[in-house]
Amino acid sequence: MLLLTCPCCGVDADETELAPGGEAHVTRFGAGASDDDFEGYLFHRKNPKGVHFERWRHAMGCGKWFHAARATDTLEVFGTYSAQVLAPPKDLIEKIKLKRPDWEGF
Amino acid sequence: MSNAISVKNGAEFNGAVRVSDAGLKGMITLRGDLSSTKLAAAVQETTGLAIPSRREIVFKGETGIAWMSPDELLIFCAYEQAEMQVAALTETLTGSHFLAVNVSDARAQFSLHGAGVREVIAKGSPANLSPAVLNPHEIRRTRLGQVAVAFWLSADDRLELVCFRSVGAFVYDWLCIAAAKDSLPEVY
Ligand SMILES: [Zn+2]
Repeated sequence: MLLLTCPCCGVDADETELAPGGEAHVTRFGAGASDDDFEGYLFHRKNPKGVHFERWRHAMGCGKWFHAARATDTLEVFGTYSAQVLAPPKDLIEKIKLKRPDWEGF
Repeated sequence: MSNAISVKNGAEFNGAVRVSDAGLKGMITLRGDLSSTKLAAAVQETTGLAIPSRREIVFKGETGIAWMSPDELLIFCAYEQAEMQVAALTETLTGSHFLAVNVSDARAQFSLHGAGVREVIAKGSPANLSPAVLNPHEIRRTRLGQVAVAFWLSADDRLELVCFRSVGAFVYDWLCIAAAKDSLPEVY
């Protein structure tokens, strides 16, 4: 079971209260972009075994989107943070590096 | 005017706890910038209550306010008062970015009464209902079975639950089955 703390309402939300939004921090390429960029935006995801940054929505709760960092292999949750950022917060990245020294970084 | 009735029209069930349709309630969804002084003043003027803090629900008589999300409140009032209060809020807030809607007829409210209210809800919700976590005066938005609900403890043995009226009959049936006699796990 996955428990994520929603940073918007502060509730420890069970996975069944949340809706997954896929990989986080994907740059959107739209009209005017090259075919390669558009293909990457549509189809290419990191899909790592290990540290992953994701978008989640507290669908059955406050209804808000947020970001979460967790490990896909162990389900360890490193933290959750605001949806209104383009990259993970520095202190969260430092925290993950301490726990996973061999992580290649964001 | 048509003769408005609540979704289960006052139905009641006596099992391990008492489940009852709470009847017609006035409910107003108010969305906007909860940190704005203009909105706080409008809410205070209309309800006589201050904006509650995160996940808090406050009541004074029939009037209440629940914190639903960082930009949403649910205002409770007498059923007949809802239209008037929406008009008052709209008048005060005109010019700012907000939304005030009378949702009374789109909501249902049920009351649970008895020592085992936490356990009845725990059968179908992933919310942590432990007394150490869920305090009275805290509104918890979550799911019951597969539908969205919000509930709060108005006393240690009394729980109020709000859901969409469209699933009201289902939620009432669900609560009655979950509250069958001698069926509580007694974990809390
Ligand atoms: Zn939330």
